[in-house]
Amino acid sequence: MTALKRLVLPYPLLSLSLVVMWLLLQQSVGLGHILLGSVIAIGAGKAMQALQPEPPRVRNIGAILKLIALVVLDVLRSNIAVATITLSGRRHQPRPAFILMPLELTDHLGLAILSMIVTATPGSAWLEYSPTRNTVLIHVLDLVDEASWVGTVKHNYERLLMEIFQ
Amino acid sequence: MIEAADFPLWAAVLVSILAIAGSLLTLLGCIGMARFTDFYSRIHAPTLGTSFGTIFIVFASMLYFLVSGQRPAVHELLIVAFVLVTTPVTLMLLARAALYRDRTEANGNVPDPVGQDVVVEKEGGA
Amino acid sequence: MSAAILAWSLLAAQIIMGLAMAFAVYRMIAGPRAQDRVLALDAFYVGAMLMLILFGIRIGSAVYFEAALVIGVLGFVGTVALAKFLMRGEVIE
Repeated sequence: MTALKRLVLPYPLLSLSLVVMWLLLQQSVGLGHILLGSVIAIGAGKAMQALQPEPPRVRNIGAILKLIALVVLDVLRSNIAVATITLSGRRHQPRPAFILMPLELTDHLGLAILSMIVTATPGSAWLEYSPTRNTVLIHVLDLVDEASWVGTVKHNYERLLMEIFQ
Repeated sequence: MIEAADFPLWAAVLVSILAIAGSLLTLLGCIGMARFTDFYSRIHAPTLGTSFGTIFIVFASMLYFLVSGQRPAVHELLIVAFVLVTTPVTLMLLARAALYRDRTEANGNVPDPVGQDVVVEKEGGA
Repeated sequence: MSAAILAWSLLAAQIIMGLAMAFAVYRMIAGPRAQDRVLALDAFYVGAMLMLILFGIRIGSAVYFEAALVIGVLGFVGTVALAKFLMRGEVIE
């Protein structure tokens, strides 16, 4: 069973999301589209196998849902904050700053997701990751307190991502 | 044009609010990009449009086509997923390119590279 | 009633989006450096994509969705290629 699974569906999540994307693009759930989408998804899974990425070890579905909720709330809050800064004119100049943040997370997929979250949040941007020292350079648009900012990111995101991937 | 006379009022108001909120956020992002004084501040601004700007407008579109019943309106979610995934990638690439250029030309208060992953040649700017 | 609300608000949203794209064009022209212009081009692409979605709602047709998706994909590829160019001076090494 596991051998068959490895042969046909090496990356089940990838294949499933490709089928869903195919059906969304076709805007139909007809049998023909499902079959065609499945053929493409299985082919893409095989192609992915040739690239041999390390398979993600995802566990802890609860932590994933918590992470999504946290990200949506934080992005919304940060949207409002940046919009206020843009509107506030000369009275309130933002205090941009570079932060060098040490990380404990080492999993590649976890780091990729953390960088996505940090960059997608309007107030902060992930600039450069150094794998040798495991630090990351982050630019923050309006920095009030560096220690508390780093603490929030580490406490909220890094802890959750470590729960999911490590 | 819109000929749906029996389009319910609540949906019309909701679609309008979502569409205008989304475009206002995008506008604020672009104003920020025009106003901020250095590149690393500007890089924050477009994410306003690509995060909730896109989400609001896409939801407006989904709601409109769902209520008017012209088609099952879920494939706009593809745009949201696509934009959410691609924007951070482009911004990170752009930021790294800007860091590299600023370091080779030694202008701006850019922090020095940490570790060995970026080799900066001091001579010969890009 | 609701048709009028929709028509006017969508028109307003499109005008706002047009303004946003104008600000992006300003940054694209003003620069001052190449990375600012590329960033502005990316924002301009996103604005164009959202503008097409708004246009699709206004016309009530799904055709514009595909165009918006294509613009999104092209914007992504274009910005990545330009960022690569800024970093190395050539796109294909």
